[in-house]
Amino acid sequence: MLALPLVLLAGCNSVVLNPSGDIANQQAHLIIVSTLLMLLIIVPVICLIVFFAWRYRKGNTAAKYDPDWDHSTQLELVIWGAPLLIIIALGLITWISTHTLDPYRPLDRIDDSRPISPASQPLTIQVVALDWKWLFIYPEQGIATVNELATPVDVPIRFKITASSVMNSFYIPALAGQIYAMPSMETTLNAVLNAPGEFEGFSANYSGAGFSHMRFKYHGMDMNDFERWVAEAKANGETLDRATYLQLEKPSENEPVHHYAKVTPELFHAIVNRCVAPGTVCMDKMMAEDMKRNAVAQAHEAHEE
Amino acid sequence: MLDHIDLTKLIFGRLTWEAIPYHEPILIGTFIMVALGGIALLAAITKFRLWGPLWRDWITSIDHKKIGIMYMILGLVMLLRGFSDALMMRAQQAISFGDNAGFLPPHHYDQIFTAHGVIMIFFVAMPFVTGLMNYVVPLQIGARDVAFPFLNNFSFWMTTFGAGLVMASLFVGEFARTGWLAYPPLSGILYSPDVGVDYYIWALQVAGVGTLLSGVNLIVTIVKMRAPGMEMMKMPVFTWTALCTNVLIVATFPVLTAALAMLSVDRLFGTNFFTNDLGGNAMMYVNLIWIWGHPEVYILVLPVFGVYSEIVSTFCGKRLFGYTSMVYATIVITILSYLVWLHHFFTMGSGASVNSFFGITTMIISIPTGAKIFNWLFTMYRGRIRFELPMMWTVAFMLTFVIGGMTGVMLAVPPADFVLHNSLFLIAHFHNVIIGGVVFGVFAAINYWFPKAFGYKLDPFWGKCSFWFWVVGFWTAFAPLYVLGFLGVTRRMSHFEDPSLQIWFQIAALGAVLIALGIGSMLIQFVVSFLRREQLRDVSGDPWGGRTLEWSTSSPPPDYNFAFTPRVYEGDTWADMKKQGYKRPLQGFNDIHMPKNTAAGFIIAALAAALGFGVIWHMWLLVIVSFVAMMAAIIIHTFNYKRDYYIPAEQVVRTEDARTRMLESHV
Repeated sequence: MLALPLVLLAGCNSVVLNPSGDIANQQAHLIIVSTLLMLLIIVPVICLIVFFAWRYRKGNTAAKYDPDWDHSTQLELVIWGAPLLIIIALGLITWISTHTLDPYRPLDRIDDSRPISPASQPLTIQVVALDWKWLFIYPEQGIATVNELATPVDVPIRFKITASSVMNSFYIPALAGQIYAMPSMETTLNAVLNAPGEFEGFSANYSGAGFSHMRFKYHGMDMNDFERWVAEAKANGETLDRATYLQLEKPSENEPVHHYAKVTPELFHAIVNRCVAPGTVCMDKMMAEDMKRNAVAQAHEAHEE
Repeated sequence: MLDHIDLTKLIFGRLTWEAIPYHEPILIGTFIMVALGGIALLAAITKFRLWGPLWRDWITSIDHKKIGIMYMILGLVMLLRGFSDALMMRAQQAISFGDNAGFLPPHHYDQIFTAHGVIMIFFVAMPFVTGLMNYVVPLQIGARDVAFPFLNNFSFWMTTFGAGLVMASLFVGEFARTGWLAYPPLSGILYSPDVGVDYYIWALQVAGVGTLLSGVNLIVTIVKMRAPGMEMMKMPVFTWTALCTNVLIVATFPVLTAALAMLSVDRLFGTNFFTNDLGGNAMMYVNLIWIWGHPEVYILVLPVFGVYSEIVSTFCGKRLFGYTSMVYATIVITILSYLVWLHHFFTMGSGASVNSFFGITTMIISIPTGAKIFNWLFTMYRGRIRFELPMMWTVAFMLTFVIGGMTGVMLAVPPADFVLHNSLFLIAHFHNVIIGGVVFGVFAAINYWFPKAFGYKLDPFWGKCSFWFWVVGFWTAFAPLYVLGFLGVTRRMSHFEDPSLQIWFQIAALGAVLIALGIGSMLIQFVVSFLRREQLRDVSGDPWGGRTLEWSTSSPPPDYNFAFTPRVYEGDTWADMKKQGYKRPLQGFNDIHMPKNTAAGFIIAALAAALGFGVIWHMWLLVIVSFVAMMAAIIIHTFNYKRDYYIPAEQVVRTEDARTRMLESHV
């Protein structure tokens, strides 16, 4: 009860309810709609609890006392029916919004007034959660950064997300909801930022000692600024090759922002498939060979029979 | 060959002096307090010559009532430990901003939040609900004990020694730094090489055996030992919820045991169930742990739903509204609780259809839960509500729990969960339902059944102090967390940069202090009630005008519960018996066949804990010795044929006559 006015108060300047990206905006909208829908039943129930508790207190002998009244079919229908109706409505909203806001789904709009073709190419950024910092690889620009992310506004972005050692969760509240970053797995997040500015990004899943400081600044900028930012990174001169990555991967805390002018191709693929270190076999290759061997063995067995 | 074996290593494993945290002032302080308190307690027991009675009447007791009380004491003691952790977290988060790093480095803070979660769920909430079921269910169904009394004692000691392992990690080594569910790969040997996760695994494995066996025990008790005439649909609602809970326990705890066993062999023998490499899959662990973990939530909350049902109908002086729909709601929740586990990780990359399915099943659970709230509400309608402590807790629960339920459904909408998952909003939500639901219910139950267990009521003044501190403290502590969730603040942080957030954490810390006062008031309430026990005495055995069979016995009930097994004709059996003008039988007593106390449960559980301790520290000699000793103790116990005795009829007559005189003297 106390929470509600507080929540409303905080909602005015809350990054979750008042974000700068279209996906996060729709998610905030969904929170509000579902809350209102549930308040339809919660508010009457709270009022009734208070009213009945007051009205039927022992001291109030004027109120009717009916000790054996314990069933009413009509009331039972309302008790089960009213929540059911609300859940049907909420279930429909859930089904639709879960599909339209599926993080894997290519965007079909920049915001509610600007649709785009789902076939249009988004900006791809590869995200790697390391102990305890974030690595961002821009394959199209050929650069990489540590603990700093920048994107142009109103351009769809596709994040490809993985982790080096333990589970983290990639979350920029102003942009879109979080998705886990998990070792030897790859997840995807499609999102778009609608306003320039500096925002907070962090890991939302506890990942060990350096977790509290696993944060980065996210800069939304217009296209010109973004191109300038990329050019600056390129001017820096350092290369992120496999050896540098293996150094970077080692646990460290409060890692300063860092730019790389060049990135070894296929580095992200190697990270996901756990074959950055020299002499290691990539997971996908190993699995493909295992399957091939199994197929051969099965064919052989069938032949024997 | 033999000279390669290092004897010190064989005995002490990886335990060295380094493992004793004498460089941690907080832990040294705690240790001194615990040691002084422990010495004082031991001295008092020795001085008042209580060792004999303690051993004979409690430790080796297989009386379900005594075991129930011991479970409640375990829950209470562990609540103090778990709450100290909470206070430290609230204090750390209230001060750790900007340049101030607070007083807990991550290494220590991370153990505290892990221990807080593990202790509150496994060693506070679980003992509390198990204790209530143990005490109340046999009395409610007119039975003299549970189906397997020895197993009951053994289950209790397994749970207690599991708790003991968690406590041992305070002073010998350290606890896990993984969060309460110990997700791999973080909990794997690569990223958590020390003993913390092993303490976690073995504490839960030892306690888990106890929980599982107590689940089997109570199911059999309820199915087979009801008084004649008590059909399923005439069972008290609390017994119904206990039945469903124990079905959940028996079906889900093996999943936890299996998941932890696999994690354990990953750590000990280098298998790759949940590792990053060689085909391991951490997602499998996350799925398994939540296939146990979600039903676990209902294991905790269903029994207290039963508690509220009993209390509402008693204190409104009315039959429970919609008994049948209450029972079916309970059964529906039991079944649905298996179909929602994935909502704990919508954000781990499942497809939209999978997420929607689990989101919608989760919302569906709110329908039977909502029906329950309405049923309590309409029980109040046209009642004569007496606002004694149990009823106050119940009304506070209803008002608190609906908010918790609402925020729960919000989290069940997958796109909304993407922004709220792992945030302090989530923390506020589950404390809202666990404190507002389970803890309030346990306190309602303690105030309700205490006179039954001890023969006198609890002091209402200190009870009310405790109530108001708790309720106001709860909202002060957790409303700011809801707000912080919307400000994008995530859980398990030991340090913050943004100074504008600090005020919310300070309010939350104030709330924790209020709750501390609530806990303090409750402890004072116990002491004051004990001192005033003659004024608070319940001579009738039925202090609240109860409706179920436990209120037909004396307070406290005799060892044998019922001199004659009652005959049941109606639901709300005792209310019906009173209405029909029931007369207590005063003669015709027979010898009563009862189970006999045994030390086997205590000994086997102690050896199991020693075995666990051995594995944690790789003390292989201890492992072998305690395993062999445990097996020997089990085998020896099977040859113990002196398992029962008869309470002679004369003694039953004496006990029943004493009650008759007591009832007459207070007409």
